[in-house]
Amino acid sequence: MARTAIPGRLSWRVATLAETRDETATARTLLFDVPGWPGHLPGQHVDIRLTADDGYSAQRSYSIASHYGEDSQIELTVQKIREGEVSPYLTEILKVGDPVEVRGPVGGWFVWRPTDTPPVLLVAGGSGIVPLMAMIRARRAAKSRVPFRLIYSVRTPEDVIYANELRMMEGGLDVHLFFSRGVTPRRIGVADINTHGWPADFEPDCFVCGPTGFVETVADILVALGHRPRKVKTERFG
Amino acid sequence: MTHVDGNILAGPLGELFAVDVTVATTQCVSCGQTDAVAALMVYANAPGMVARCPGCGEVVMRLVRTPAGASLDLRGCVTLQIPL
Repeated sequence: MARTAIPGRLSWRVATLAETRDETATARTLLFDVPGWPGHLPGQHVDIRLTADDGYSAQRSYSIASHYGEDSQIELTVQKIREGEVSPYLTEILKVGDPVEVRGPVGGWFVWRPTDTPPVLLVAGGSGIVPLMAMIRARRAAKSRVPFRLIYSVRTPEDVIYANELRMMEGGLDVHLFFSRGVTPRRIGVADINTHGWPADFEPDCFVCGPTGFVETVADILVALGHRPRKVKTERFG
Repeated sequence: MTHVDGNILAGPLGELFAVDVTVATTQCVSCGQTDAVAALMVYANAPGMVARCPGCGEVVMRLVRTPAGASLDLRGCVTLQIPL
């Protein structure tokens, strides 16, 4: 399993912000130059470390949004959390040319490889779409024919990250958007997953990412619908 | 206090191990449930990170990082099965 065995000790390296792209009013994609980037698998993440002049430092983990294109750039999409300490800085203050420290890529569990053959079900809540988008982009780049279904839950249509890209109607990718703050506010439920997911007997690989409550609700639904727990991989953002 | 999961341990444990421990499976000493480290419930507020069994809630591992080094407590885990 190349890239899950880490040669030498994993440590921090410098990344420089090269470009930004606003995805929604509160989410921004940051494109970093990372000299010596070893490559990454779809679903992996990096840890970012910011250090203030007084030595105070903060670390957060962010999923890599881009698929690895044999270059030394990575994209992260950061959702600004109003009461957050790091995300407001990354989405509003960090400017092109500024450095941050990154550690990674890490995380060999929540990963999809284009060589995997089962159909794939992706279920995202809010910014949980980020690692799943890396999987969709890797699928596209590999011209893979593995059938993908995405169920993406956000509050309102304005909160959909990567909206234009998801509207592209690419072959073999079905996208269902679920709005939780529609006319009647409601949470995603069994019927939504059952209708827009894969039947359990198709034995899909399921990837669920988003806030902890969302992920656990959806994972429980998938198991209740008959998917084996080992086929449901989860990544909680807290 | 909300929790995340063992995926967040990939970076911190990656500094200590030559393999990705989050894909290793661990058996809980308290209830015997076997999970990938990535599937443990992780409470990442200071001090340190605490990983609990998703079955019974008991502590499986604890990691505290200081400027000088790291302290890894594996008391709640019988065996780590590491794919190579």
